[in-house]
Amino acid sequence: MLQVTDLAKYYNGQPVFSNFDLHLPANRFQVLLGPSGCGKTTLFNTLTGVTPKDAGAITWQGETVPHLGNLCAYMHQKDLLLPWFSLMDNALLPIRTRSGDMTAAQERAGQLFLRLGLGGYASHRPDQVSGGMRQRCALVRTLMFDRDLILLDEPLSALDAITRQRHQHLLLLLQTEFTKTILMITHDVDEALLLADDIFLLSPMPMAVFRRFSLELPKPRAFDDPELLHTKTQILHHLEKGGVS
Amino acid sequence: MNRSGLSAAALICLLLGVWEGVVQIGHIPVFILPPPSLILQTAVLQAKLILPHAAVTGAEICLGIFLAMATAVPLAVAMFAKPVLEKTLAPFLVASQAIPVFALAPLLVIWLGYGIASKVFMAWIIIFFPITVSLLQGLKSCDPEYRILFTLMGSPFLKTLALLYWPWALPQFFAGLRVGVSVATIGAVIGEWVGAQQGLGFLMIQSNARLQTPLVFAAILWLTAMGLFLWTLVGILEKKTITWKS
Repeated sequence: MLQVTDLAKYYNGQPVFSNFDLHLPANRFQVLLGPSGCGKTTLFNTLTGVTPKDAGAITWQGETVPHLGNLCAYMHQKDLLLPWFSLMDNALLPIRTRSGDMTAAQERAGQLFLRLGLGGYASHRPDQVSGGMRQRCALVRTLMFDRDLILLDEPLSALDAITRQRHQHLLLLLQTEFTKTILMITHDVDEALLLADDIFLLSPMPMAVFRRFSLELPKPRAFDDPELLHTKTQILHHLEKGGVS
Repeated sequence: MNRSGLSAAALICLLLGVWEGVVQIGHIPVFILPPPSLILQTAVLQAKLILPHAAVTGAEICLGIFLAMATAVPLAVAMFAKPVLEKTLAPFLVASQAIPVFALAPLLVIWLGYGIASKVFMAWIIIFFPITVSLLQGLKSCDPEYRILFTLMGSPFLKTLALLYWPWALPQFFAGLRVGVSVATIGAVIGEWVGAQQGLGFLMIQSNARLQTPLVFAAILWLTAMGLFLWTLVGILEKKTITWKS
């Protein structure tokens, strides 16, 4: 369980966000939804300790931690695969950098490759496969971090619309099959609606949550579900106003 | 051979043809400008004389390249790891290149003697700089998103260096090495000009004094061939090492 209290980050004296709170129960899928450039990535970088926070506290499973850098796995909009390694070697990176047990990891990664439709591509180089397959390999790598908390930074936004739809279901596996706790940032309303248990609408400058939606619909969800469409209308309405009341 | 290769060969043939024609028609004495045919003839027929000198110069160049790599790679990595080091050393590095090698050559001969050491040192000074600078630039060009990924994986610096930074910088390392090997001959030959008992530079000075101009040109031809050979070797090595598309 993740608890963030009063988190603040300033840039040139201006707050990107301040007094930012977040409560993420275990195995829940939360989505931060906001326009591009509202500071979502800065929030992730602050949470992971890539840039130091200026104020606030982060608690993970009841323990106060300086940041989540060594507690979470991270998946980015770019697949960030290394072109000089095969898909398998890329997926095994989290183990290799930690000098972990490679044999066991290889077996596990092999199973994940099969599960995510990458069987038979383990020895391919990233430039030899499609964008969707690369992103799935990045998903395997994310799982190989072997951490309970996963941060997703617009993980599918570089994919084309058709491929993206297919991969949204794969992201769901993170929650259903691998019981991860997930925090995702995105600007894609549909993606948020399909995947999230909770959606937080963000206003820019400084970034703040101005509205929260909880969806208790079972997953996988259909695009044309009346409740989903109703929520979507509400969200779009609020986003249009941009949190300005 | 591909099209560009063919047109390059054609251009060389044309230039040599004009050269040969001008010398033959203009009856230019061979000690002023020998025709290409005579140069080639000398280079082949005098191979027995030239070869030992070429071997010495080749050894100087290869040792220079080896030393340059052995020092440039650790230095570039150290400067990349510790930016303070880069800021401190950068002025010295630039200064080392601002001093003309020609000016240093006589001093180096005094300090290191007429033997191979002063020439190797000269080659080293010249090659070392492009390799260091290119490699450092290559290491620094690494995409910060990848760095973040490795940071979150808890990867120690040396692991990140081996898995991410080094392969990332390889294309630029090879670019620096190419520049290095193509200028390496300069260092060795200047060293030999100033004071040596063997080497292609020594041969050139000797033949020049005796107005054996064809032999001077033949030595230059051998030097050029050695430079081209090294250049090609680096190209092949690069192709074998970098098998991926970024």
